[in-house]
Amino acid sequence: MTDQTKQNKSLILKLLAIVLGMFGFGFALVPLYDVFCDLTGLNGKTSNTAAVYEAVDIDESRYVTVEFITRINTGMSWQFEVETQQVKVHPGEMNQVNFSAKNPGARAIVGQAVPSVSPGTAAIYLNKTECFCFEQQILQAGEKIIMPMRFYVDPQIPKDMTYFTVQYTLYDVTTAEQQVALNRG
Amino acid sequence: MNTPTSEHHHESHDHHEHHIPKGIKRWLYTTNHKDIGTLYLWFAFIMFLTGGAMAMVIRAELFQPGLQIVEPNFFNQMTTVHGLIMVFGAVMPAFTGLANWLIPMMIGAPDMALPRMNNWSFWILPFAFIILLSSLFMEGGGPAFGWTFYAPLSTTYSNDTTALFVFSVHIMGASSIMGAINVIVTIFNMRAPGMTWMKMPLFVWTWLITAFLLIAVMPVLAGAVTMVLTDKFFGTSFFDAAGGGDPVMFQHIFWFFGHPEVYIMILPAFGIISQIVPTFSRKPLFGYASMVYATTSIALLSFIVWAHHMFTTGMPVFAEMFFMLATMLISVPTGVKVFNWVATMWRGSLSFEVPMLFALAFIVLFTIGGLSGLMLAITPVDFQYHDTYFVVAHFHYVLVTGAIFSIMAAVYYWLPKWTGKMFDITLAKWHFWCSLVSVNVLFFPMHFVGLAGMPRRIPDYALQFADFNKWISIGGFAFGLSQLIFLALLIKACRKKGEPVSAQVWEGAEGLEWEIPSPAPYHTFETPPVVK
Repeated sequence: MTDQTKQNKSLILKLLAIVLGMFGFGFALVPLYDVFCDLTGLNGKTSNTAAVYEAVDIDESRYVTVEFITRINTGMSWQFEVETQQVKVHPGEMNQVNFSAKNPGARAIVGQAVPSVSPGTAAIYLNKTECFCFEQQILQAGEKIIMPMRFYVDPQIPKDMTYFTVQYTLYDVTTAEQQVALNRG
Repeated sequence: MNTPTSEHHHESHDHHEHHIPKGIKRWLYTTNHKDIGTLYLWFAFIMFLTGGAMAMVIRAELFQPGLQIVEPNFFNQMTTVHGLIMVFGAVMPAFTGLANWLIPMMIGAPDMALPRMNNWSFWILPFAFIILLSSLFMEGGGPAFGWTFYAPLSTTYSNDTTALFVFSVHIMGASSIMGAINVIVTIFNMRAPGMTWMKMPLFVWTWLITAFLLIAVMPVLAGAVTMVLTDKFFGTSFFDAAGGGDPVMFQHIFWFFGHPEVYIMILPAFGIISQIVPTFSRKPLFGYASMVYATTSIALLSFIVWAHHMFTTGMPVFAEMFFMLATMLISVPTGVKVFNWVATMWRGSLSFEVPMLFALAFIVLFTIGGLSGLMLAITPVDFQYHDTYFVVAHFHYVLVTGAIFSIMAAVYYWLPKWTGKMFDITLAKWHFWCSLVSVNVLFFPMHFVGLAGMPRRIPDYALQFADFNKWISIGGFAFGLSQLIFLALLIKACRKKGEPVSAQVWEGAEGLEWEIPSPAPYHTFETPPVVK
């Protein structure tokens, strides 16, 4: 092996390492994106796990208005509504809002609600201690449920943030296997 | 620039001539950088005409409002495949072809460092495009989600030929990565003695930086298409909100590739212009070192500006500010380049041969495209310009009158060196002037309809845009026809018609490639020249 080939080989290996590294980086962007958004709330995603309510100080000097919007994704047949469309809360205060879902169709469907907060930067101040969005709902044909959602607004919320919107989108996530199992049951 | 001197050896290559195989096998098995360069360039030109034919379909449909010629779904396939072909089939392979022909000759190397891989990186490319183009004739048609294949258009709402699209993009990416590795290894290890980094011609410099961009971002594109593939066919939910994914994340990953990609398509053009302007100004390039640093800083900045393609996705103001300012920062090194070209011409002994005409058109029109880019970088006004024909005008000014004009300038500049004969100058001038006028009739009014609110990628439009669109279409047809003059000229040149040229070809041309005889022998610099 000449010097030239040796040099070439070591350089090629380094370059291939960059290529593989960047291919991995493309996929690493997926968890990185989630971590980054969790920390900053940039994309309006809220936490997927229940928050614990620790007797926080209730800031009675001000109100934050929280608006709720429900929508169903294309192809989803449920009726999905919220009882109170808008609540005015003190930061730190515990609140409950009830959502209702009804499956008017003739087959059982598994639904998954995905929340999104707008403006996105408000997402990290929304703490949910109980939410139907943490798990999937299974509704038999014609079944109706009331789904409570309990939350408090973090007292750390900036003073100029007085209004934010929480939107729930309901998706049909029934897989083929689930469909078979549900029909049998 | 310095004056390299070469002490080579016209006697050494003569005995090689009889080794050249004849017929199709020469081209299939070739490992010669000049043959592979020629293959790349012809392939790029065929793809340019193919993608151009699709643009003609688009412009014919948009000639008047209403739906006349094609269905909306086919129209969408045309815009999508036109973009994919022009980016991955025309511009990038053309630059790789020029790199193959020129880099070894410019740095005094006998060939590329990895000739066998070079053959592979070219020959997988036709298969990629056969796969992509054949999907147009399948049930449901080819990709119709735009060349940016945003999720969920490419996942939930696409048809099954998406798998073919993904596979062809994988092959294109593999080809580019192999080509880039080859360029880097060649430049690092095969420079002639005395060819130090800061003596390298700028075309070599810009290609070296481009090659690094390629190996950094093509794998990310491969990852993005793979995620689309698994989301669509294998039940993952990278981009599906119902499964915990995020469609906006697709845009982040795509544009993390996509923005460096646009510099992959323009940095070699900067190199070409930096070779041509000094020759026809008969002056060394003004600010050689600053050109190198400007190119490097553009490449580095390209990694932190991707979200300026996504201002309307609902980013927080702080992020919008960051991406706006970072984007505007790029105009500084770009301005340095334009300044240097103008300063090179200042008080030069100018002459206006065809390569210089294209180079001058490049400088003026690329700057127009750069300025509309600067307008788009301003976040608040981008909300108005976003997804309108203003964006179409912007990127066609930088890609057609930028990248493609530079490729044409390069072909005219080095063609006599390749064939040994001067090309048909009359035809070349016709090609230049027809292209110059028609390209502006084609793309300039797009600024106006864009500002007035005409959305891109839609087969129909409101009545008030009718007059401008008629002119745009006429310009488009004229530009398309003008390229047939180029085709005629190239066929004539390849049949070795025309006056023989000297080794230097152009008075004022400097560099190692102008010291070897014209036409360039099949094997050059088997004994490296010494650069002083």
